[in-house]
Amino acid sequence: MDLALFWIPAAVALASTLLVITRKNAAHALIYLVVSLLSVAVIFFVLGAPFAAALEVVIYAGAIVVLFLFVVMMLNLGNTSVMRESRWLRPGMWVGPAILVSILLITMVYVIVGLPNANVTTGEMVGPKAVGNELFRPYLLAVELAGFLLLAALIGAYHLGRRYLEQRREP
Amino acid sequence: MAIEVPVEHVLLVAAGLFLLGLLGVLVRRNIIFLLMSLEVMMNSAGLAFIAAGAKWGAPDGQIMFMLILALAAAEVAVALGLVLQISRRFDTLDVDAASELNG
Repeated sequence: MDLALFWIPAAVALASTLLVITRKNAAHALIYLVVSLLSVAVIFFVLGAPFAAALEVVIYAGAIVVLFLFVVMMLNLGNTSVMRESRWLRPGMWVGPAILVSILLITMVYVIVGLPNANVTTGEMVGPKAVGNELFRPYLLAVELAGFLLLAALIGAYHLGRRYLEQRREP
Repeated sequence: MAIEVPVEHVLLVAAGLFLLGLLGVLVRRNIIFLLMSLEVMMNSAGLAFIAAGAKWGAPDGQIMFMLILALAAAEVAVALGLVLQISRRFDTLDVDAASELNG
């Protein structure tokens, strides 16, 4: 019974992810991506990581997917792009990659199932307080490095986007 | 509420999500779909970290997930700028169009 709480969102996540990679319309794929991310957030909550679940909803499903949606809207992808997509995406193209990926899947399943003795999660919540205490003491350097990374990304995104807007204004 | 889940099950789901993302990267040619598949792969890596953290009852897994989150946000910001440039320059979203260094 308890395991159903884990497997239901897991099944939703896998199904919606499969739909993400097979859609032809980018906006539809993004909505399925939101469903996938939300169900992974439910899994985080079930595993006892409420803070990570909240971050998944706020940053992944909230910020990152909205960023994708803005770009899809700016590019103005319409019916022509859906038709072009179906020309690129012939059913036969799935065969080779699917075989390779299933080989990897079989290997991983074999390794994971063959793990010695049963490992079970503790079933206890690890709340935001514990995460914050750990984050700003032993992992302080990692936080600083993440800040550097985000600053570099900010400058890079600004640089790329500014040139896009300037050259667009010219004609 | 948190329940006791065998770590193997979580790892199986994480592996499934990762390989679905990999399949998307291999098959799709539209760069936006490639980026979405990359997001799925990073998310599954985060799921594996959370599972490990939940196994030991330690916050370290969640911290690693937050670092992955920062990485994903940075990657998406830069990559979407590149998408805009590619669509302007080549008038297509096909990654093969941008296969030469001197564009």
